[in-house]
Amino acid sequence: MEILVYGTVNSIVFALIAIGFTLVYGISRLSNFAHGALYILTGYITWQFLNRLGLNYAVAIILALIITALLGAAMYRFLLIRVRGMPSSEIIASFAIGLAIMEALRWRGFVGQTYILPPFIEGTTEIAGVLIDWQRIIIVIGGLVVMIFLWLFTHYTKIGLALRAIAQDERAAMMLGIDSDLTAVIALALGSALAGVAAIAILPLGNITVETGYNVLIYAIAVCIIGGLGSWTGAIVAAFILGFAQILTVAYIAPQWQLVVVFLAIILTLILRPSGLFGKQKELEERV
Amino acid sequence: METRRKERLDRGIRVRTNGIYAISSLKEMMYLLAPRLALILGLLILPLLIPNPYWQRVVAIMSIFALLSLIFDFLAHYVGIVNLGGALFIGLGGYIAGILNSYFGLPLFVTIPVATIGGAAISTLLLLPCLPMRGIYFAIVSLMYPLLFAKIIEALNIFGGTDGIPGLTTFGNIWIDQYLIIAVLLLTLFALRRLVNEDFGLVLRGIKDNDQAVKASGISITRYKAQAVFIASAIGSFAGAYLTHLYGWVGISLFALDFSIFPIAATVLGGLGTLVGPVLGAFILIPLTETMRAFGTLRIVFYSIILVGFIVFKPEGLMKYFERKYYQFEHWREV
Repeated sequence: MEILVYGTVNSIVFALIAIGFTLVYGISRLSNFAHGALYILTGYITWQFLNRLGLNYAVAIILALIITALLGAAMYRFLLIRVRGMPSSEIIASFAIGLAIMEALRWRGFVGQTYILPPFIEGTTEIAGVLIDWQRIIIVIGGLVVMIFLWLFTHYTKIGLALRAIAQDERAAMMLGIDSDLTAVIALALGSALAGVAAIAILPLGNITVETGYNVLIYAIAVCIIGGLGSWTGAIVAAFILGFAQILTVAYIAPQWQLVVVFLAIILTLILRPSGLFGKQKELEERV
Repeated sequence: METRRKERLDRGIRVRTNGIYAISSLKEMMYLLAPRLALILGLLILPLLIPNPYWQRVVAIMSIFALLSLIFDFLAHYVGIVNLGGALFIGLGGYIAGILNSYFGLPLFVTIPVATIGGAAISTLLLLPCLPMRGIYFAIVSLMYPLLFAKIIEALNIFGGTDGIPGLTTFGNIWIDQYLIIAVLLLTLFALRRLVNEDFGLVLRGIKDNDQAVKASGISITRYKAQAVFIASAIGSFAGAYLTHLYGWVGISLFALDFSIFPIAATVLGGLGTLVGPVLGAFILIPLTETMRAFGTLRIVFYSIILVGFIVFKPEGLMKYFERKYYQFEHWREV
């Protein structure tokens, strides 16, 4: 029972982390390797607003999310737009941006025990006989809300429909007057904000450290690869597979193996079935 | 309105076909030889000019990174494989050398060749199933392998776990240290330059540009790619084995991201596809970051910014710029 409850929580955590990454890739075929850095940066900005400026927690969160979204948009508008269409350059450029952000945070002394975001609601409760803290329940609810919001946004708003149109067929969408670069800017802003939402929901569980940024990037990649790059249903299914796999590893083998499981999952999926479980990529695009 | 533009003319010695020259005098021969001699002699004299043992160590590290940058460029530009995991080669070569030296007591003139071949064989086997993959897919797998190895060694707590294996044989002499790696670097550089213009290199470039066409010609592209990866990983594993014996220590930091990212920065700075460029890039970046050691991790920020700046705004790199200045006349002309 414990495994079931914590496995579900962990799976939602994975889904939250990965959803921004998969959104950006799904819409603009851009792998945003700065995802982990944006995640950790949101935590940092929120902490600064909260502790240095003494803002209200909710205000701090909203401001931090807006800043992260603007940063993501600026990153595309001024840098990534120039290397668009060259996958290796995109990866290298975005990864270097992420590296710069994370190492700059580390240089500012952003490591250690002192940087903790407070949970939204203190205390614990019991579900089916398992002790669980409120923050984890908030993560589950928040994850579901984000997913429903995204589904509604992409199916019923004009911008959302434009994003999906670009994702499905870029040329046809451009012929209908949808600006490919503008949608990419929106996608990156949204993706960055989602990384921020994930950070704010998840970070109160532990300390804010720079290493988390690297791990988040790896988790995001793992979920997207296993689910199939750019597939949203795939990402959610993969999040549940990985989430439970990790909890089972911790429960039955040893905690230090949890990252090994993630790496092995990425490598095996790519070797055996590069398009992932639900990938819609054409076979020729990924393999010779 | 711009009223003038820059006109560029090739110098007479350079025939339009790339790499073929019409030489008619000693002066022109010198003109061609000068950059090559400058590089060779410069590298050979370099250790003599540096008085300080600390900076002599930096020369060795610099050459290791130059080798890694060289193979990144070779794989990325001539084979079309974007390998983000140079640390895999370094780590495998380093650990094989370290284990042979520490557990079996073999001397270093045995461990280094064995590690070179063994590391190359293992890397090639590991990467073999991923070779048919394109672009981002291969890049991600290659990025994951070194991290996976580091985690496995940490989790199993083998080969010294997180502490590594200390007390290995060292070269014992700072001059052997430096000249060994410089000799290997020069040999590799000129050998690779020759290789990419041979038939073998032609097929590799064909694979990069249009793999379907090469396949249609009845050539096994996987075999050629595997051979290219073997060559590259042999060089990388040698660098790893050398690094192990340089420090007399091997640990999981050999699988660290530095060895994967830094060569990419050096290559982008130096110029993709020139082979000399990455070496130049490494020789500029390493001493620069070394002088910034006092700033801690700020140097990683610094080279990340260089990397972004060059890849986004100046993707041709330094070497192509210098080449253009050397081989062409430039002047402004009224329009």
